[in-house]
Amino acid sequence: MEPTTRQFKDNAKEALVDAQLQDALAKLGRGFPLRRLEAAARLPEFEALRDEAREIKNHVLDNLDFYLEAYEAKVVASGGQVHWCKDAEDARRTIAEICQKAGAKTVTKSKSMIGEEIAINDYLEDAGITPVETDLGEYIIQLRREPPSHIIAPAIHLSMGQVEETFRESHQDLDPARSLDEPRKLLEEARNKLRTEFLGADVGLTGANMLIAETGSNVLVTNEGNADLTYSLPRVHIVMASLEKIVPTLEDASTILRVLARSATGQDMSVYTTFCTGVRRPEDLDGPDEYHVVLLDNGRSQLIGTEFHEMLRCIRCGACLNHCPVYRSVGGHAYGWVYSGPMGAVLIPGLIGMDEAAELPNASTLCGRCESVCPMRIPLPKMLRAWRQKHYESKRSGALGRWMLGAWAALARRPKLYRRMMGLGVAILGQMGRRHGRFRRLPFAGGWTGGRDLPAPNGDTFVAQWHRGARGDASGDWLRKNPP
Amino acid sequence: MTDARREILGTLRSALNRNQRPPNAARRRLTEHPVNLVPGRGQADPETQVGLFSNEAIRVEATISRIDDMAGVPGAVSKYLVENNLPAEIRVSPSLQGVPWTGQPMLNLTDGIAQGSDSASISRAFGGVAETGTLVFLSGPENPTTLNFVPPIHIAVIAATDIDGDYEAVWARLRAQFGPESADFMPRTVNWITGPSRTADIEQTLLLGAHGPQQLHIIIVDDPET
Repeated sequence: MEPTTRQFKDNAKEALVDAQLQDALAKLGRGFPLRRLEAAARLPEFEALRDEAREIKNHVLDNLDFYLEAYEAKVVASGGQVHWCKDAEDARRTIAEICQKAGAKTVTKSKSMIGEEIAINDYLEDAGITPVETDLGEYIIQLRREPPSHIIAPAIHLSMGQVEETFRESHQDLDPARSLDEPRKLLEEARNKLRTEFLGADVGLTGANMLIAETGSNVLVTNEGNADLTYSLPRVHIVMASLEKIVPTLEDASTILRVLARSATGQDMSVYTTFCTGVRRPEDLDGPDEYHVVLLDNGRSQLIGTEFHEMLRCIRCGACLNHCPVYRSVGGHAYGWVYSGPMGAVLIPGLIGMDEAAELPNASTLCGRCESVCPMRIPLPKMLRAWRQKHYESKRSGALGRWMLGAWAALARRPKLYRRMMGLGVAILGQMGRRHGRFRRLPFAGGWTGGRDLPAPNGDTFVAQWHRGARGDASGDWLRKNPP
Repeated sequence: MTDARREILGTLRSALNRNQRPPNAARRRLTEHPVNLVPGRGQADPETQVGLFSNEAIRVEATISRIDDMAGVPGAVSKYLVENNLPAEIRVSPSLQGVPWTGQPMLNLTDGIAQGSDSASISRAFGGVAETGTLVFLSGPENPTTLNFVPPIHIAVIAATDIDGDYEAVWARLRAQFGPESADFMPRTVNWITGPSRTADIEQTLLLGAHGPQQLHIIIVDDPET
C-alpha cells in the first residue's frame, strides 16, 4: 500500500473523533494487557525467559550471515528452495513467478506482515491470480480493502455491525434475509466460504514466525488453524519471511515461543504451532510437493550495526501496541502504513525512509511502557529518540520547530539564565491566573488549551521553593502546613 | 537472485566484521543445540505430569478421557461421539487402524487423507507437553497432517508414557528416535496443538472452531503395549 505516514497528524485527529474506533481501542486496552499480566504471573520464570530470548536473538544478529547460510543449506537438503530478495519488488516478482509456473489461479494465504509489507495481494491480482486471506481478521479487511490496524489483530478497529455489512456486500450469493446478528454466525459464514477456497487452492502462501537454522524449518503460529490448512492442502507451499526471523535451534525456538503468546494474547501457548521442513516425504499421503522460501531483506541488513540494530530482535507480538498510550488513542491506521505503534514508529522509518515517516517517532510520549513489556527487551524509546535526533540533524525538520529547539537548548545550557526566565514566566502566569487558578485559553498554547485547561502556576518555581527550604519530607507534613 | 544473495551476505559480513570474527560459537550452537532455561512447572514425576497435562489441556477447552489400553480406544471414541450427539463416523489415521474397531460395528470408518465432508478424525500424537497441555503430532505415512485440521471434531490418542514435562524433552525424543545427530530427523510437519481452534477477530469475542477443529478430545492410554 502507498504509505500515508506523512499525514499522521491528520490521521490521528480523525481517529480521535471516531467514536466507534475509540470503543474498539478501549476494549483492546482492557483485554490484552490484563491477560498478559495473568499469563506472566502463572510463570515464575517469565522475566528470566525474556532475558534468554533477548540473548538468543542478539547471538543470531551477531552471526546472521552464518545462520542464513546454514539455514539455506538445510532447506535445500529437505527439498526446498530459498529465494533471496533485496526488496519488495524482488519478492513480489519471485512469488508471482512461482505461482505462474505452478499454473495457479487461486492462492490461499495465511496472515503475514511481510505479505503486507510487500503488498503481495495487489501484485498477484494484477497478475491474474486470486489471493484469498484466510485469517478471519485478514479476510474481513481484505474484503474491505483496508490495511491491518494491528499486527496480530488486523480487524481490531471494526465493530460487528461493520463486519456484517461487509459480508452482506461481498457474499451476494447468499440469502439476503439471513441473520448475521452475532459473532458466531459471522464466523460460520466466513468458515464456510473459506473451506471451499482451502480445498481448491493451487498454492498456499504463509509467513513465518521463525526460521530454524538447525533444521531448515519455518515456524507458524496461529489460533485459527488457517495456516495449517494453507500449507497442507495445496501442491505448492511458499513461505515469506524477512531475514532476521532466524533462530539457531529447535530449543531456541521453544524458548522464544514461551514468551511470544504470553506477550501477545496472554495465552500460555497459541493453539497451533507448526514446524514445516521441506517438501512432503516420498511415502507421505499429504503435504506440498514444492517448498519455497522467499527471504526478504528490504533494508534490514542496513540496520545491522546501527543504533536500530536491536529492532531486529522483534518477534511481532504486538505487546508494545497494546500498552502504548498513543496507539491506544489513535489506533493502527493513523500510522499510515502496515506496521504501527512503537515498533512501527521505529521500523517504518528504517524501511521506507526517514523523510517519509518523520512524524512517527514523534508519536510517542516516551513513557517507556513498550520497552517494559517487550518480550525481547527492545529499547524502543531509545530508538524513537535516535530517529528524532537523526531527523533534526538532517536539517529537514520544520524551520520554526528547529528555531524553538535551538532557543530552548541555548537556554538550557545556561542554568542561571534558564532559572531567571522560568522564574519570570512562572511569576507572570501565576499573577495572571491568580483569580481562576487555571487558563481556559492561552496564546501559543492552543494545542494544550484546545482540549483542557492549563493549571496556573502558584507563582514560584520548584527550585526557588527548594532554596527557601521548602523541602518537604516523606511524612507529607510540609504539604499539610502549606497546602497548594 | 544469486546477486541478491551475494549482496545481502556481503552487507552483513562487512557490518559484522566477519573477517576478524569466525562464527565458532554459532557453529557449536548448531551441533550441540543446548537446552535453555526450562520452566519448573512441568518438572515432576510421570504421573504428576499426566495430571498437569490434563489440567492444562482442559484449561484451553480440550476434553480428556483416560483408558487402560489401546483395545479401549474404539469404545472411548463411540462413547464420545454418542455423548456429544455427533454422527457415528470417523476418519482413522493409519497409525490407529490396528486397534480392534470390530467391537464397534455401528461406527462408520474411513481411511486416507481428510476430505472437506469429514465430520471427525482420530490420529495418534507422538508426544504431549505437560507444561501447557500441548500435543505433538508428526506427519508421515502413518499420520497424515490434514487429519489434525480439516474435520470439525478431532480425537487424539496419546500414550501416558509419551507425555513429557516440556517441549525440550519431546525434541530430544524426536532426535533420538529418528536419526543420528547429523541426519534429517524432522518430518515434513511437526504440529504442536494446544486446545481446539479459536479466534477473537470479531470485537475480541472468543469463539471456538475458527478454521481448525471446534472440539479436541484427548484419549490418554495408560498402557499402550497391551
